[in-house]
Amino acid sequence: MEATISFRDVRLGFDEGDIVRGLSFEVFPKETLVLLGETGTGKTLSLKMAAGLLRPQEGDVKVLGRHVSEMKEKELLDFRREIGFVFQEGALFDSLTVEENVAFRLREEKVPEEEIEPKVREALRFVEMEHAIDQVPSELSGGMRRRASIARALITRPPIVLYDSPTAGLDPVTSQTIIALILRLRDIYGVTALLATHRLQDGFALANFHFDTATHRVVRNQEKRRGDGPDGESSTRFAVLRDGKVFFEGTPEKLQAVKDPYLKRFLV
Amino acid sequence: MADTPLQVSSNETPAPPEASITQLLIGSAKRAVLQVQEYSYLAAQSITNVFSAPHYFQDTLEQMDQIGVGSLPIVLLTGFFIGAVMVLQTASQFVRFGQTSLTGDAVSLALVRELGPTLTSLLVTGRCASGIASELGSMLVTEQVDAMRAMGTDPSRKLVTPRVVATILVLPLLTAISDFIGLVGGCVAAVFSLRLGVVQFWTRAIDALDFADIMQGMMKPLIFGFILSTVGCYRGLTVRGGTQGVGRATTQAVVVSSVLIIVADTFLTKLALYLAGKFF
Repeated sequence: MEATISFRDVRLGFDEGDIVRGLSFEVFPKETLVLLGETGTGKTLSLKMAAGLLRPQEGDVKVLGRHVSEMKEKELLDFRREIGFVFQEGALFDSLTVEENVAFRLREEKVPEEEIEPKVREALRFVEMEHAIDQVPSELSGGMRRRASIARALITRPPIVLYDSPTAGLDPVTSQTIIALILRLRDIYGVTALLATHRLQDGFALANFHFDTATHRVVRNQEKRRGDGPDGESSTRFAVLRDGKVFFEGTPEKLQAVKDPYLKRFLV
Repeated sequence: MADTPLQVSSNETPAPPEASITQLLIGSAKRAVLQVQEYSYLAAQSITNVFSAPHYFQDTLEQMDQIGVGSLPIVLLTGFFIGAVMVLQTASQFVRFGQTSLTGDAVSLALVRELGPTLTSLLVTGRCASGIASELGSMLVTEQVDAMRAMGTDPSRKLVTPRVVATILVLPLLTAISDFIGLVGGCVAAVFSLRLGVVQFWTRAIDALDFADIMQGMMKPLIFGFILSTVGCYRGLTVRGGTQGVGRATTQAVVVSSVLIIVADTFLTKLALYLAGKFF
């Protein structure tokens, strides 16, 4: 099976030195790869390189069969329409309402106005924010901003969604709500996801729970469902970054069983 | 070093080697050249974007409203008093020769050729270059610019070109209004201070102007508008260092634009005088 996202020996640095130093990993269709790591290990940079927002200095980034690292900016603008990106603080346009933020991409694509409203309402209903359609971002709480950002990312039903620390700075209850949304997005629409976080519990929640479409509830996985995603089911893997490269890669079970002192610190 | 629970990372960062003065100077020169290159690219892109789709007419109109209509009160107020003070200053010299009737000529020429375009541009720079830099800078540090790119929208088309086009279109209009209001202010000062007649003042003021003077006065704001908007956009889109960086970029946008406008004014005046002698 061809990987949906593939990083091969990717390097990226700034004036301060190299941040990403030979990063390699793959994400397969319908899979969620949780990029786990301390601050400054290159998680956000990896997501931005996957979306073509940053260009690696060395190595190859391949997404949906295209070599992102070799594409021109004009080609990238078209390519990015197939990717949803949820930024750390939401990155909503603060001069626009929630409706205008969510509909932004549709209006850019010149979708007729009569088709936009139902789509925006559907996306906002998905994140349970239809009531806030006319509010501006400054009137929203941190959790609502993330939810609006998720609605904006899913409006065109992209096959890939990149999440940059979606629960950072949120209280545990709101974090659970956001993770439940990511689960629903994964299990209803079958998106391939790359999720950067420093919170191990987010990764385990994605690995151990799923959204039951029959009961419309998030439920704990049966033992057979956990792991490598048999029968095309969505699955979750971890990639722990350290010093700009993958230090550990594997299933949640494998991560829980590690003996390495560095990795054990994440499990405490 | 052994791993301990409180240790964040076992990697020790080596102390950076001390740079010599020569290296620092070379580094600064390289950064300056890079900035000029980046600015030139952005400025060229802002214009070439006009000739290909997508176009953002609504955004351009909104910017024309913000920059043009928003700047009108300060342009009117300062224009009026600059005209008045010009009359008072020139008249104090002309009165020694008994030639106060020439006041209208002097004020009209000075306002239309030089003070109108330059002062209006500097006022708009103070208000709008800073506004553009802070708005785009805030968008950059809160990742809104990246979000725009991530959704397949080119920020240079959506954010830069509408601001540049709007400024280039409204600045000549603001200058024309400023020139007129300046003459009104001059007329009021002439009537009440010098006891000149209204008709006499306006007749002399209008007769003193040639087509070349008006061309010169209307050509300059086109270039000044381009300078102030592109510098504002460039400073805003290259912000570094969070909110503190936004403040710095705002100040730099005003300072750099003002200096460039005054420098450009010298060369444009020379060019305009040459063209006036050649064609008009």
